[in-house]
Amino acid sequence: MTFDYAPAPESRAVVDIAPSYGLFVDGEFVPAHDGKVFKTVSPSSEEVLSEVAQASAEDVDRAVKAARKAFEKWSALPGAERAKYLFRIARLVQERSRELAVLESLDNGKPIRESRDADLPLVAAHFFYYAGWADKLDHAGYGHNPRPLGVAGQVIPWNFPLLMLAWKIAPALATGNTVVLKPAETTPLSALFFADICRQAGLPKGVVNILTGDGSTGAALVAHPGVDKVAFTGSTEVGKAIARTVAGSDKKVTLELGGKAANIVFDDAPLDQAVEGIVNGIFFNQGQVCCAGSRLLVQESVAEELLDALKRRMRTLRVGDPLDKNTDIGAINSAEQLARITALAEAGEAEGAERWSPSCELPSAGYWFAPTLFTGVTQAHRIAREEIFGPVLSVLTFRTPAEAVEKANNTPYGLSAGIWTEKGSRMLWMANKLRAGVIWSNTFNKFDPASPFGGYQESGFGREGGRHGLEAYLAPSSPEGAR
Amino acid sequence: MNTVDRLSVLKTYKLYVGGKFPRSESGRVYEVTDSKGTWLANAPLASRKDARDAVVAARKAFGGWSGATAYNRGQILYRVAEMLEGRRDQFVAEVAAAEGLSKAKATAQVDAAVDRWVWYAGWSDKVAQIAGGANPVAGPYFNLSAPEPTGVVAVVAPQDSSFLGLVSVIAPAVVTGNTVVVVAAEGAPLPALSLAEVLATSDLPGGVVNILSGRTAEIAAPLAAHQDVNALDLAGAGEELAKELEVAAADNLKRVLRPAPVNWSADPGTGRLMSFLETKTVWHPMGV
Repeated sequence: MTFDYAPAPESRAVVDIAPSYGLFVDGEFVPAHDGKVFKTVSPSSEEVLSEVAQASAEDVDRAVKAARKAFEKWSALPGAERAKYLFRIARLVQERSRELAVLESLDNGKPIRESRDADLPLVAAHFFYYAGWADKLDHAGYGHNPRPLGVAGQVIPWNFPLLMLAWKIAPALATGNTVVLKPAETTPLSALFFADICRQAGLPKGVVNILTGDGSTGAALVAHPGVDKVAFTGSTEVGKAIARTVAGSDKKVTLELGGKAANIVFDDAPLDQAVEGIVNGIFFNQGQVCCAGSRLLVQESVAEELLDALKRRMRTLRVGDPLDKNTDIGAINSAEQLARITALAEAGEAEGAERWSPSCELPSAGYWFAPTLFTGVTQAHRIAREEIFGPVLSVLTFRTPAEAVEKANNTPYGLSAGIWTEKGSRMLWMANKLRAGVIWSNTFNKFDPASPFGGYQESGFGREGGRHGLEAYLAPSSPEGAR
Repeated sequence: MNTVDRLSVLKTYKLYVGGKFPRSESGRVYEVTDSKGTWLANAPLASRKDARDAVVAARKAFGGWSGATAYNRGQILYRVAEMLEGRRDQFVAEVAAAEGLSKAKATAQVDAAVDRWVWYAGWSDKVAQIAGGANPVAGPYFNLSAPEPTGVVAVVAPQDSSFLGLVSVIAPAVVTGNTVVVVAAEGAPLPALSLAEVLATSDLPGGVVNILSGRTAEIAAPLAAHQDVNALDLAGAGEELAKELEVAAADNLKRVLRPAPVNWSADPGTGRLMSFLETKTVWHPMGV
């Protein structure tokens, strides 16, 4: 007996998208200096959602100047007052969370279940968390009276548009910095709605500036001499370019880049839970997650059993309309990203790995990729080495814990890893040996504002979240002193 | 009967790589003089190949050193202080000659260097308690952040403080479990090369500290570009060189500590200690 799902669409009526948006500079929306605009589309339908301004170098300059001007008063404000602005923002995000969740699913393509239950609650929580730090910085372990850096230039990706904005803006404002933020080219809308939240919160003008644009806008922002701090989340390739750009300057940099996480399943793991964790690890947000568990390392003795259970589970995944509350896997964010996923999956086949997907019908319009599993993958295969950033899982096997560690660490990245075992001592031994910034044991893809996030090696440097996340936005209290 | 002044036995200064004292593979040396221009010794003029060999040695030592207990690392750093204390006179003479200091001032430098080893030795089993901790996440999870060493750190030692400055950049990197390749002060490498003799007799495993002498720019460039180096301390790099090295370091996203004016005699604080650490956060569900 099978049950069919009835459609359960979330209403779009809750969100009102304007036909066009300007740049948010010095507290108001203004057109781009040269009048250029670009369109943002819904990746699930290719429908044009709105038209936004393409910020040029002149606009970057204007925004940085506005942020610099605002910095004087904002940084001089007592921490307790800055805190109250952030608490206001957190509350406004909560009040408008349904609207923002629908907006995010429209612009990004992610399932409403995720934008509603993961992205938005975490956004509000992040502002709440850092609000509380604003008047307690003396106690954060970075010396007495730590100072803000100045103007933060922040460039964020399209996979969690509003959540990445929160990760960037909340600690920056709490520590007394002002911000110029550039959302990703394909997902500009939630940042522009956030500008309206700043207005409602009464945030002083110029404290937060939002510039929409493409990579050239981001490059101009990072290179602007008036920027004191660069925070970037995105690809390792762009991260390296940023590191070169800021070399020799006084700019402080934090980079949160790519990953190729190993999700390691031992023979004593609770297999049903592990299957859920594997699915969550690689199919959450269509696998467009820097910390996705994209390499499954399974102990040889349970490989067959686990893969059977995993395939059974994958057959139940529902791919389709992001606004349907029963959807598990939404649309790929852009045609460009879909092309990259498609090319890497084809490379996987061409290099001899075995490809499997459950039969599933994909919508005719929009950008879609079926959940995909590769077995017979070796460490030399591109699908085991390169970040795919899509719903594609590469399966490798191992025999001993030492072999699992060696394979897991055999990557230039080092963002996250997963361990599935019932044996506590083995879990701790593995956690100790894995060279990655976040280790999930018997769970995966968990996030919390109190928990530091960030990578080793080419996954970037610096941490976001927690007490550690403050450091990125603070200057040492004395040259030789505590950071 | 004639009395002949005893001719002193000069030391052949060598590199320190993997716990051994090799000459430069290039066979080159350069003349080191005191502040008045008087010849002191010929120091090895290390090559790119020496730099690469040193990285291999540092990588090989990393697993064991980072895996040693914090208590053990602290004991070994303290042992370095003990060994140095016993050879104070030698280092006072070398530092005085290298930096053109009076005996009293050189003594102050060496004493401060001994005390610096003691200060950092004590940090080994405390740094995790100030840099890490439990995170109160909103769910039934045990969540703990702890610092881990970054890996192999290439250090351009300060040019202005051949010994106290040198110790002040080596000790904070190694106490947390990193291994280092150090480029000694170009004009005053002898105290650094002699420090190797102290390190070699302090139970410090070979390869944890590797010391090279020569042209700073020539040795630092391959280290900054090396794909198996994880971090750079640019303490002794001039502005132009520092920028060049930082650009090269971007290729594999090395952590870079930029040069800044430092009073090496002042309280070192925790800045350097914290610069070559990675925070690892481990989650585990709680339940029955």
